[in-house]
Amino acid sequence: MAAIRLAVPDTAQRGEVIEIKALIQHPMESGFRRGSRGEVIPRNIITRFECRYNGALVFASDFQPAIAANPILTFHTVATETGELEFKWTDQNGEAWSEIATITVT
Amino acid sequence: MMMAKTFQLDRRRFLAGSGSAVLITSLPQMSHASEADLLRARTELFGDRTIQEGRVTVTLPPIAENGHSVPLTVAVDSPMTETDYVRQIVILSPRNPLPLIGQFHLTPRSGKALVSTRIRMSGTQAIQAIAEMNDGSLYSGSMETVVTLAACVVL
Repeated sequence: MAAIRLAVPDTAQRGEVIEIKALIQHPMESGFRRGSRGEVIPRNIITRFECRYNGALVFASDFQPAIAANPILTFHTVATETGELEFKWTDQNGEAWSEIATITVT
Repeated sequence: MMMAKTFQLDRRRFLAGSGSAVLITSLPQMSHASEADLLRARTELFGDRTIQEGRVTVTLPPIAENGHSVPLTVAVDSPMTETDYVRQIVILSPRNPLPLIGQFHLTPRSGKALVSTRIRMSGTQAIQAIAEMNDGSLYSGSMETVVTLAACVVL
Protein backbone atom coordinates (compact mmCIF):
# COMPACT_ATOMS: atom_id res chain seq x y z
CA MET A 1 0.00 0.00 0.00
CA ALA A 2 0.90 3.59 0.43
CA ALA A 3 2.25 4.70 -2.92
CA ILE A 4 4.10 8.00 -2.64
CA ARG A 5 4.41 10.61 -5.36
CA LEU A 6 6.79 13.54 -5.03
CA ALA A 7 7.40 16.63 -7.13
CA VAL A 8 10.77 18.13 -6.22
CA PRO A 9 12.97 20.03 -8.68
CA ASP A 10 16.19 18.16 -9.57
CA THR A 11 18.28 21.32 -9.57
CA ALA A 12 17.95 24.76 -8.03
CA GLN A 13 20.01 27.91 -7.46
CA ARG A 14 21.30 28.55 -3.96
CA GLY A 15 18.76 30.62 -2.03
CA GLU A 16 15.92 29.91 -4.45
CA VAL A 17 12.51 29.16 -2.94
CA ILE A 18 11.38 25.85 -4.44
CA GLU A 19 7.88 24.39 -4.54
CA ILE A 20 7.41 20.83 -3.31
CA LYS A 21 4.40 18.57 -3.77
CA ALA A 22 4.05 15.38 -1.74
CA LEU A 23 1.20 12.90 -2.07
CA ILE A 24 0.65 9.58 -0.34
CA GLN A 25 -2.02 7.03 -1.19
CA HIS A 26 -4.09 6.52 1.95
CA PRO A 27 -7.87 6.20 2.61
CA MET A 28 -7.81 8.69 5.55
CA GLU A 29 -10.85 6.88 6.98
CA SER A 30 -12.47 9.54 9.16
CA GLY A 31 -14.20 7.32 11.73
CA PHE A 32 -17.49 9.15 11.11
CA ARG A 33 -18.60 6.92 8.25
CA ARG A 34 -20.96 3.96 8.59
CA GLY A 35 -20.87 0.76 6.60
CA SER A 36 -23.76 -0.98 4.81
CA ARG A 37 -24.96 -2.60 8.07
CA GLY A 38 -24.84 0.64 10.03
CA GLU A 39 -21.62 -0.18 11.85
CA VAL A 40 -19.12 2.63 12.36
CA ILE A 41 -16.05 2.22 10.15
CA PRO A 42 -13.10 2.71 12.52
CA ARG A 43 -10.84 5.71 12.10
CA ASN A 44 -7.63 5.09 10.20
CA ILE A 45 -5.74 8.27 9.39
CA ILE A 46 -2.25 9.61 8.89
CA THR A 47 -1.60 12.06 11.71
CA ARG A 48 1.84 13.48 10.96
CA PHE A 49 3.90 14.57 7.97
CA GLU A 50 7.49 15.78 8.15
CA CYS A 51 9.92 17.07 5.56
CA ARG A 52 13.64 17.13 6.42
CA TYR A 53 16.33 18.77 4.32
CA ASN A 54 19.67 17.06 5.06
CA GLY A 55 18.27 16.16 8.48
CA ALA A 56 16.85 19.57 9.39
CA LEU A 57 13.08 19.86 9.76
CA VAL A 58 11.81 22.43 7.24
CA PHE A 59 8.07 21.71 7.21
CA ALA A 60 5.63 19.54 9.18
CA SER A 61 1.89 19.03 9.33
CA ASP A 62 -0.62 17.45 11.69
CA PHE A 63 -3.63 15.86 9.98
CA GLN A 64 -7.15 15.46 11.33
CA PRO A 65 -9.95 13.38 9.73
CA ALA A 66 -10.99 16.40 7.64
CA ILE A 67 -7.90 16.04 5.44
CA ALA A 68 -9.12 14.36 2.24
CA ALA A 69 -8.14 10.83 1.20
CA ASN A 70 -4.75 10.49 -0.53
CA PRO A 71 -3.47 13.61 1.25
CA ILE A 72 -1.52 16.00 -0.92
CA LEU A 73 0.57 18.87 0.38
CA THR A 74 2.14 21.73 -1.52
CA PHE A 75 4.71 23.77 0.38
CA HIS A 76 8.02 25.54 -0.11
CA THR A 77 11.58 25.46 1.08
CA VAL A 78 14.77 27.39 0.45
CA ALA A 79 17.37 25.51 -1.61
CA THR A 80 20.43 25.79 0.63
CA GLU A 81 22.75 22.96 -0.37
CA THR A 82 22.97 19.83 -2.48
CA GLY A 83 21.55 16.87 -0.66
CA GLU A 84 18.51 14.87 0.27
CA LEU A 85 14.95 15.77 1.15
CA GLU A 86 13.27 13.15 3.29
CA PHE A 87 9.48 12.92 3.39
CA LYS A 88 7.88 10.91 6.17
CA TRP A 89 4.25 10.12 6.95
CA THR A 90 3.19 8.50 10.23
CA ASP A 91 -0.27 7.05 10.87
CA GLN A 92 -2.28 6.89 14.11
CA ASN A 93 -0.76 3.48 14.97
CA GLY A 94 2.81 4.62 14.50
CA GLU A 95 3.30 2.96 11.14
CA ALA A 96 5.44 5.15 8.91
CA TRP A 97 6.27 5.49 5.23
CA SER A 98 9.07 7.59 3.81
CA GLU A 99 10.67 8.56 0.54
CA ILE A 100 13.79 10.49 -0.36
CA ALA A 101 14.38 12.98 -3.19
CA THR A 102 17.77 14.37 -4.14
CA ILE A 103 18.42 17.94 -5.18
CA THR A 104 21.50 19.53 -6.73
CA VAL A 105 22.03 23.15 -5.70
CA THR A 106 24.35 25.32 -7.74
CA MET B 1 -58.67 -8.85 28.08
CA MET B 2 -55.60 -8.04 30.18
CA MET B 3 -53.64 -7.21 27.06
CA ALA B 4 -56.31 -4.85 25.85
CA LYS B 5 -56.16 -3.00 29.16
CA THR B 6 -52.39 -2.46 29.20
CA PHE B 7 -52.34 -1.07 25.69
CA GLN B 8 -55.29 1.19 26.29
CA LEU B 9 -54.59 4.57 24.87
CA ASP B 10 -56.75 7.57 25.52
CA ARG B 11 -56.82 10.60 23.27
CA ARG B 12 -54.77 12.81 25.62
CA ARG B 13 -51.91 10.32 25.95
CA PHE B 14 -51.86 9.68 22.22
CA LEU B 15 -51.51 13.38 21.46
CA ALA B 16 -48.75 13.85 24.04
CA GLY B 17 -46.87 10.85 22.67
CA SER B 18 -47.10 11.81 19.02
CA GLY B 19 -46.08 15.36 19.89
CA SER B 20 -42.81 14.23 21.45
CA ALA B 21 -42.16 11.87 18.51
CA VAL B 22 -42.37 14.82 16.14
CA LEU B 23 -40.04 16.82 18.39
CA ILE B 24 -37.41 14.07 18.44
CA THR B 25 -37.38 13.55 14.67
CA SER B 26 -37.24 17.28 13.97
CA LEU B 27 -34.22 17.89 16.23
CA PRO B 28 -31.20 18.93 14.17
CA GLN B 29 -28.36 16.44 13.75
CA MET B 30 -26.07 16.94 16.71
CA SER B 31 -22.98 15.38 15.10
CA HIS B 32 -21.80 18.64 13.58
CA ALA B 33 -19.60 21.20 15.23
CA SER B 34 -21.01 24.68 15.54
CA GLU B 35 -19.59 28.17 15.69
CA ALA B 36 -19.29 27.64 19.45
CA ASP B 37 -17.10 24.55 18.92
CA LEU B 38 -14.88 26.54 16.60
CA LEU B 39 -14.46 29.21 19.28
CA ARG B 40 -13.74 26.51 21.87
CA ALA B 41 -11.08 24.98 19.60
CA ARG B 42 -9.58 28.45 19.18
CA THR B 43 -9.46 28.90 22.95
CA GLU B 44 -7.91 25.44 23.48
CA LEU B 45 -5.17 26.24 21.01
CA PHE B 46 -4.45 29.88 21.77
CA GLY B 47 -6.10 30.65 25.10
CA ASP B 48 -7.51 34.16 25.31
CA ARG B 49 -4.77 35.72 23.18
CA THR B 50 -6.11 38.28 20.73
CA ILE B 51 -6.43 37.18 17.12
CA GLN B 52 -6.26 40.02 14.63
CA GLU B 53 -7.91 39.79 11.25
CA GLY B 54 -5.67 40.15 8.23
CA ARG B 55 -2.35 38.96 6.73
CA VAL B 56 -3.93 35.53 6.11
CA THR B 57 -5.51 34.70 2.75
CA VAL B 58 -7.62 31.57 2.43
CA THR B 59 -8.39 30.41 -1.10
CA LEU B 60 -11.16 27.91 -1.83
CA PRO B 61 -13.24 27.40 -4.96
CA PRO B 62 -16.41 29.57 -4.75
CA ILE B 63 -18.51 26.45 -5.29
CA ALA B 64 -17.30 23.00 -4.27
CA GLU B 65 -19.25 20.32 -6.07
CA ASN B 66 -17.74 17.58 -3.95
CA GLY B 67 -17.22 18.11 -0.24
CA HIS B 68 -14.98 15.03 -0.01
CA SER B 69 -12.08 16.83 -1.55
CA VAL B 70 -11.94 20.62 -1.69
CA PRO B 71 -8.65 22.31 -2.69
CA LEU B 72 -7.51 24.74 0.00
CA THR B 73 -4.65 27.23 -0.21
CA VAL B 74 -3.49 29.39 2.67
CA ALA B 75 -1.05 32.25 2.18
CA VAL B 76 0.34 34.40 4.98
CA ASP B 77 1.93 37.77 4.39
CA SER B 78 5.33 37.23 6.01
CA PRO B 79 8.97 37.74 4.92
CA MET B 80 9.86 34.28 6.36
CA THR B 81 13.27 35.33 7.70
CA GLU B 82 15.06 34.05 10.82
CA THR B 83 13.66 36.97 12.82
CA ASP B 84 10.17 37.21 11.34
CA TYR B 85 8.38 34.06 10.23
CA VAL B 86 5.14 32.07 10.53
CA ARG B 87 5.45 29.33 13.14
CA GLN B 88 2.21 27.53 12.40
CA ILE B 89 -1.04 27.76 10.46
CA VAL B 90 -4.20 26.21 11.94
CA ILE B 91 -7.22 25.41 9.76
CA LEU B 92 -10.62 25.43 11.50
CA SER B 93 -14.16 24.58 10.41
CA PRO B 94 -17.43 25.78 11.98
CA ARG B 95 -19.47 22.88 10.59
CA ASN B 96 -17.44 19.67 10.32
CA PRO B 97 -17.82 16.96 13.02
CA LEU B 98 -14.45 18.14 14.36
CA PRO B 99 -13.61 21.85 14.29
CA LEU B 100 -9.88 21.24 13.74
CA ILE B 101 -8.96 20.32 10.15
CA GLY B 102 -5.17 20.41 10.30
CA GLN B 103 -2.05 22.26 11.33
CA PHE B 104 0.98 23.26 9.26
CA HIS B 105 4.28 23.91 11.02
CA LEU B 106 6.64 26.22 9.17
CA THR B 107 10.22 27.31 9.74
CA PRO B 108 12.36 30.16 8.35
CA ARG B 109 13.67 27.54 5.92
CA SER B 110 10.17 27.18 4.45
CA GLY B 111 11.01 30.33 2.48
CA LYS B 112 7.40 31.15 1.68
CA ALA B 113 4.26 30.96 3.86
CA LEU B 114 2.11 29.33 1.19
CA VAL B 115 0.56 25.88 1.75
CA SER B 116 -2.03 23.88 -0.20
CA THR B 117 -3.88 20.66 0.52
CA ARG B 118 -7.29 19.07 0.02
CA ILE B 119 -9.89 19.03 2.78
CA ARG B 120 -13.30 17.53 3.54
CA MET B 121 -16.23 19.87 4.10
CA SER B 122 -19.59 18.78 5.48
CA GLY B 123 -21.66 21.56 4.02
CA THR B 124 -21.47 25.22 3.10
CA GLN B 125 -19.30 27.08 5.58
CA ALA B 126 -16.55 29.64 6.07
CA ILE B 127 -13.18 27.94 6.60
CA GLN B 128 -10.92 29.86 8.94
CA ALA B 129 -7.13 29.91 9.03
CA ILE B 130 -5.13 31.26 11.97
CA ALA B 131 -1.42 32.00 11.62
CA GLU B 132 0.87 32.15 14.64
CA MET B 133 3.99 34.24 14.09
CA ASN B 134 7.34 33.57 15.77
CA ASP B 135 6.72 36.48 18.18
CA GLY B 136 3.43 34.84 19.26
CA SER B 137 1.08 37.27 17.51
CA LEU B 138 -1.97 35.73 15.84
CA TYR B 139 -3.68 36.63 12.57
CA SER B 140 -6.73 35.11 10.93
CA GLY B 141 -8.45 34.95 7.59
CA SER B 142 -11.42 33.05 6.23
CA MET B 143 -13.35 32.21 3.10
CA GLU B 144 -16.81 30.83 2.58
CA THR B 145 -17.55 28.11 0.05
CA VAL B 146 -20.87 26.70 -1.12
CA VAL B 147 -20.73 22.91 -0.95
CA THR B 148 -23.30 21.21 -3.18
CA LEU B 149 -22.48 17.60 -2.23
CA ALA B 150 -21.51 17.61 1.41
CA ALA B 151 -19.10 15.09 2.89
CA CYS B 152 -21.70 15.06 5.66
CA VAL B 153 -22.66 11.40 5.63
CA VAL B 154 -19.27 10.25 4.53
CA LEU B 155 -16.89 12.40 6.55
